[in-house]
Order: sequence, then structure tokens, then C-alpha cells
Amino acid sequence: MGYIVEIEGVNKLYGSNHVVKDLNLKVEEGEFLTLLGSSGCGKTTTLRMIAGFEEPTSGSIKVEGENIEEKEPFERNVNTVFQSYALFPHKTIFDNIAYGLKMKKVPKPEIKKRVTEMMKLVQLEGFEKRYPSQLSGGQKQRVAIARALINKPRVLLLDEPLGALDLKLRKQMQLELKRLQKKLNITFIYVTHDQEEALTMSDRIAIMHDGILDQLGTPTEIYEKPATKFVATFIGETNIFDGTVSFVKDNEVQVMVENGIISGLGDDFRFGEYMTVSVRPEKMKYSDTPVDGFSIVGTVKDYVYVGSVIKCIVALPNGNELKLERLAGQSLPKLGSYVYPYWNKEDAVLIHSRENSIFEALDNIMLA
Amino acid sequence: MRKKHSRHEWRSNTLPALVMVGPVTFILAFLVVVPLIFVAVMSFCQTDEYYNVVFKFTTENYAKLISPDYLKIYAQSLVIALITTILCILLGYPFSYIIARTKSKKKRILYMLVIIPFWTNSLIRIYGWRSFLGSSGWLNSILMKLNIISEPLELLYKTGSTVLGMVYCLIPFMILPLYTAIEKLDTSLLEASSDLGAKPYKTFFEVIIPLTSGGIFSGSIMVFIPCLGYFFVSNILGGGNTDMIGNLIERQFKSANNWPLGAALSIILIVVTLLLVKGYQKLGGDMEDLGV
Amino acid sequence: MKRKRKAKVKKFVSILFCVLMYLFLFLPIMVIVSGSFNATHTKPYLSWKGFTFDWYIKLWDNTSLLASFGNTMIIAVVSTIVATIIGTLAAIGMYRYRFKGKGILNGLLYIPVVIPEIVIGIALLTIFSRVNIPRGMLTLILAHVSFCVPFVIFNVRARLSGYDKSIEEASMDLGANRVVTFFEVTLPVLMPGIGGGALLAFTLSIDDVIISYFVNGQTKTYPLKVMESIKSGVAPDVNALSTLILIGTILLVVFTQSGIFKKGKKED
Repeated sequence: MGYIVEIEGVNKLYGSNHVVKDLNLKVEEGEFLTLLGSSGCGKTTTLRMIAGFEEPTSGSIKVEGENIEEKEPFERNVNTVFQSYALFPHKTIFDNIAYGLKMKKVPKPEIKKRVTEMMKLVQLEGFEKRYPSQLSGGQKQRVAIARALINKPRVLLLDEPLGALDLKLRKQMQLELKRLQKKLNITFIYVTHDQEEALTMSDRIAIMHDGILDQLGTPTEIYEKPATKFVATFIGETNIFDGTVSFVKDNEVQVMVENGIISGLGDDFRFGEYMTVSVRPEKMKYSDTPVDGFSIVGTVKDYVYVGSVIKCIVALPNGNELKLERLAGQSLPKLGSYVYPYWNKEDAVLIHSRENSIFEALDNIMLA
Repeated sequence: MRKKHSRHEWRSNTLPALVMVGPVTFILAFLVVVPLIFVAVMSFCQTDEYYNVVFKFTTENYAKLISPDYLKIYAQSLVIALITTILCILLGYPFSYIIARTKSKKKRILYMLVIIPFWTNSLIRIYGWRSFLGSSGWLNSILMKLNIISEPLELLYKTGSTVLGMVYCLIPFMILPLYTAIEKLDTSLLEASSDLGAKPYKTFFEVIIPLTSGGIFSGSIMVFIPCLGYFFVSNILGGGNTDMIGNLIERQFKSANNWPLGAALSIILIVVTLLLVKGYQKLGGDMEDLGV
Repeated sequence: MKRKRKAKVKKFVSILFCVLMYLFLFLPIMVIVSGSFNATHTKPYLSWKGFTFDWYIKLWDNTSLLASFGNTMIIAVVSTIVATIIGTLAAIGMYRYRFKGKGILNGLLYIPVVIPEIVIGIALLTIFSRVNIPRGMLTLILAHVSFCVPFVIFNVRARLSGYDKSIEEASMDLGANRVVTFFEVTLPVLMPGIGGGALLAFTLSIDDVIISYFVNGQTKTYPLKVMESIKSGVAPDVNALSTLILIGTILLVVFTQSGIFKKGKKED
């Protein structure tokens, strides 16, 4: 499979505001790739650069192996579904969907045929003569998708397309979008800040943070092997420990954290290195007695019932709290009792601190 | 019981309503409606030998309206008003577009700079144009000093100079509604159009123009109609060569003293105005857009 | 890069166009202002004879010009106040109450706005002469009020469209009666609209030529004085006064606008 979009060394600055930092990203043909991150992380700017609404300050973007910096948006074979839908209010639904074909000077009978097909595909038959203001949010959304897809773009860019819909409709549209993407076999680049949406829909997820691509991987990889501390905390719930490596043997690593020692498996860790350990609540275990490689101890503080699972909150001596998750019905420690939290060493994710983190920290101090 | 209730209603609603809306109704009735009706009545009156209005029915004034001399002036008025309107659109549209699409704080300053010239009296500004264009005016002096011309150019007292003055006086009435319409334009619609393959000129005609047509229509109404009546512009810059309906009316009231004929001429303007406003509403224009 | 160069050219062209447009808009102003410093004493006062402040001094001896300016100011202030009060009341009344003929009243508001001024002017002239009201200050003020009121109403109405009626109910719920509520709640909230309307009314009034021309009788306003002198060539002292008025208006508007804006912002 070839790469359909190749982003190489792209930077974007607005004045002195560095929005996208040295971004390298290769999108495979036919995949559903999600750019995930909180607002202001540079994901929308990246999408807009691919569409051609913004120009990279430096770096190159290739679509189908061809540099597109010199191409205007109307010359690019990509289409966008806008966050606000951006339907033309003065045109009927039919004319909205037909717009791209009309611009390509497709003969009228063919336009009619293709628009009718497309409207059927997105289940909008019978709405041809209506105006956007007469449609519900979900219907507008379908029009926006149909209007983009009818041009048979090589890549469809979607900028938080479901953000304005209510939860139930959003879930329904998520499945529908996925169905459309598989059926039409078009590459989707999808921008969202909703991690759940990203996990359910994507083939791969690119997580962006402060203009930097933190991790690119399948949902499973992202969830189970987060590459950075940010990714670990951003996706799902987790317990985070910061500390320094106190012992290394083969791939077994012991880490000194504030409240004691913990262990895990990881490659390339050096003695004394500053690093982070992330453990998902469902992987956490507890014992009444110390376990080999673990020496942290805490008090069971609270239980939270969340349907089929129960969360157990364990307070550590320094005030930090850990979350343990158990299926309802499994045995639980008593409230107020002392427990020794631990986990199977292969269940912990060991994360190198970013090499430049120390410089960043210095920068921050200098700026402050 | 019922009666008491309704009396309470009357006191709580009708009285305050009357106090609030009464004065404006009074003013509009006696300073707008009655005078206009009176003009209509007068247009059917005669004058005696001393040019006093005599309230005797006649259609003579209307018969005079279709004399060839007058017809020529109507045609001239319409041509001047039309050219003025078109020029106001052609100059005002890109100008408003640039200002409305300016990001940052500069926008407010640019907008204010459009309005500032109009705080100087319009007459004296038109006179300023005459000083600039006249045979011993600025432009000719400069051109002669630079030896570009040897004889002063005759720039005044032409249709062109009147149109220039009209455009100058009326262009803010085009710029302001256009600015409002263009500012409301959602940028993402332009991006969507471009994204779907429309070249800039296509986006302009398919999206920008249709979505700002309200501004163009209301601006046109607010330029075209007053233009017919701005007699002082054609007096100062046209020097009697470019008379318009406004000049004819002014003369009947100020020098020729034939008020009934002037009234009949005014009826033409009223009818033209009503027709244009009706047309404007037919095109989907909102009356409220004519307010500012 | 081709795209960047294209964007640069586009930017350059639009800046150039704007500069030319502003030049067009300000050209006669420059002529007027420079004329006020011209040391010429021969009609039509056009050829440049050197720089002088003389006209700003001589201005104070031209009593008829100053008197006409005084008239303009009196008319503008009085008709602005009257039009603002009447217009504000009407806008609120029309917003709040339903009554018979509201639609007609609303339609009538647009008449002075769309009908050419000359028609309004001659209509007022004929009616004033018919009912024998002597033309002068009174007729000028009446005329100015009549064409200013709709603009005040439109401005206040624009403010009312974003107005939350429930704050009045809240005021009454908290024990204020109608009148107190009006002065404590309604009026302050509408102030930016009222101020904008008053400013517009004032500008329309001081600039009015056409309507005043027909209803003035023997009373001369400043624009009419200018009109009178145009035939023989406007003397530079008129330019001097115009320059002073322009500076005055700019200061006034900058001052009030910034005030209005602060108020508007506070509520948003």
C-alpha cells in the first residue's frame, strides 16, 4: 500500500505562534486516520494545510506523490467536510451537492444521476428542493458529506464533523461514516478532540499535542503502548508515576518513585534516567503483603460504582490517588485498609521522558 | 367583571402605548403624510396671473410634464442616476470587500476613514470639487505648471462632472450596506466553494454575489433615488448643462414660482420611488436595510 | 513560490485601490482645508498666494456667517433632542405593545427615508405656507425632527432586537414600578442605540441642505449660507469655519463613539 498523503517537516507559524512543529506524517491509501488532540494542538491547522486554506511556513505536503504547495484549494483533489458544514444557504440541497460537479462542468444529465445516487447513499431522498435552513443538524451533516464525496476525492478531510450533534446522533453517524468509508474506499483524515470517537472509528490515530505529533498508531497500540506521558493520560484512564530508574536487569526495570519502588518491563532504560510509568486501572492488582519489586502502600479511600465495574480509590502517603478497577462481584479490599498495589510487570507501560523535555523546562523557566 | 377587566387592560396597555407612540404618529401624520397628500392635491391646481395657487381642478400640469424638453431631462436624470449607481457599485463593492475582510484592529480605523469626510458639509465638499476641477482650479494649475497642458482643460459643466459629484456624495450609502452584508459572509462558505473546485471568479459569482445581493440592492435604492433629487450637485458641477428632475422642481418653487407644476413633477419622483421600493421588496429586499 | 507571489500581488493591488479610494474621498477636504490657509484676496480665491492664518481671525468678524452657524447648531441640538426623545419612546412602544395601525405606522417610518429629500422639502413648504406658519427657526426645527426621527427609531430598534424582556420583569419583580424600571433598566440598556441614533440625527441635521433650503424663510443655516456664496466664489473664511467644524466633529465623534463602545462592551 502506498502513501497517499505525505507530510514532511511541516511547520506553521502565525507571527511568533508556532502552531505546528516539524510534523512528519504519512497517510496510507484507503485508511481512516484520525488527528486527535485538544483544542489548539494544531490538528485543524494541519487539516487546513492539506486542503490548501493555509500554507505551511516550511516543509512539504505531497498528495499522491505530488507536491501541492503551489496548488490552490480548487486545484486539489481533496475535499473537506467543515465543522460548521458550510452549506450554501442560497442553494437547494440538490444544488449544494451538485456544486463540485457543476464546477467541473459535468453534463447536466450526469449531474442529476450522480446527485440522486449520492442522496440515496446518504439517505436524503426527497430533500432535493429544500434549503439548508429547513434541515436538522444530522441532515445538514449528511449533505455536507455527500457534497464532498460526490467529487470522488482521493482524500476526504473531516474537521470535527460531528461536534455539533447530540450524543445519540453522533454515535449513529460515527457508524455511518465508517460504513461509507469502507464502502467507497476513500482515505479519510478525520480531526476530533473526542478520544472515544477516535478509538471507535480509526484505523490509525495521530495524537497531537502543542503542535507536535506525539504518537501515531492503531487504537490498540495507542491505548496499550502510549509513547508519551501525554498520550497515556489523554487516552482513557490511567495511573501515572514519575520517577528515576533505580535498577535495570535485561528488560526488567525498577523505578524509584515518590512513594517507593515499582517495576515494569522496558527496553533501553538506563540507570538514573528520569521516566514515567503508566498503568491502566483494570491492570492494577493489590495485595495485603509486599510483592517483589513493589514497595508502595496506600489506604483504600473510596469506591465508585460505574455499572458493571467498580473503581477503588487508593490514597498514597503523598496525597496522590490510584485507581483500581474490578468487575462487580470480584473481591475488594475493605474501606480504610492498607493495601500494596502492584501489577504484572508486562502490564506497565514505561515511557522515556522526551529528550528535549529538560530543555523545554529550561525554556519555560527562562520565559517565566 | 368583564368590563372592569378590560378597563384595567386599557389603562395598563393603551395609555402607555399612546404616550410612547403618539408623538411619532403625530409628526409622521402632520409633517409627512398630510404634506405629501397636499402636494398631490396641488398638482391638480391652477395658478392665477400672479402665480398664486388657485384651488381649481386641472390636469394641465400633467399635460406639461410630457413636453419634449422635460422628457429629455427625465431621460438625462435616469441616465445620470443609473451611471452613478453603477459606478457606486463598481467602486464601492471592492472597497467594502477589502475593508470588511480586513482582520485586526485596522478595520475600525479604515471604516471610520470612510465616514469622516461626510462630517463636512456636503455643499462645501462639492464646492471643493469645483475648486479642484475648475479652469483655474488645482488640477489645471498643476498640469499647466508641469507643462503637460498649455490650455486649461474644461472639466466642469459636463455630465461627467455631475456624475462625479453624485458618486462622491452618495457612495457612502452604497459602502455601508455592502460592508454590513460582506462582513456577515461566512468565510467557511468561500473555503467550501474553493474546496469543491470553484475558481475565484466562480466563487465570486456563485457564492459571494448571491449572498451579498441584499446589500447591493439596498445600496442601489439608497443611491439611485436621492440622486434624482440632488439638484445642488448638478447646479454646482453641472452648471445648468446637466439638469435633472430635482433642478426642475427646485426652479418651480424658487424662481419660476409655478408650485402646481412643481408638485406634479414631484409626483413623478414619488411614483418612481414607490416603484423602485416595490421592486426592491419583490427581489426579497428587507425594508430595514434601508434604514441606516 | 508562485502562490505566495500571487497573494502578494493581490495584496498590493487591494492596498493601492484603497489608497486611491481614500484619496478620492478626502480630496475635496484637502482642497477646503488648504483653501482656509490661502493668503489670496481676489475672487474666486483659487490661486495660491501663500500661507496665512488670517482667515481664522477674519472669520470672527463675519457676523452673518457666524450667525448662520449659530442657527445650524441651535436647530441641530433642539431637533436632535426632540427627535431622540420621541424616537426612543416610539421604538420602545412599538417593540412592546400591539396596537391597531402598527403596521401602517411602521411603513410610514420609511417614507422620509426613501422619498427624495427635495419632495419632503417642497411638501413641507407647501403645507407651511398653506396653514400660514411663518417660515424660519420653527419650521426648520419641525422639518429636521421629522426626517431625523425614523433614524433614531431604527437605531434604538436595532438595540432592542437583542433585548431580553425578562430583565424588566425582574426589575418589577424586585419592587420597581413601570417608571422606575424604565429609567433604571430599560433606558441604560438601550443607551448605545439611543446615543448612536442621536449622533446620526445630529449629523443629518447639521449637513442638511435640501430640506432646509425650502423651509428656511429668512433664517440662514450654515449650509444655506455656503450655498449663497457659491455663485461668487466661497471666501476662505468659510473654508476656515468648515475646517474648524470638521475638527470639532471628529473630536466629538471619537469621544462619544469610544464612550458608547465601552458601554456596549460592558454588557456583552
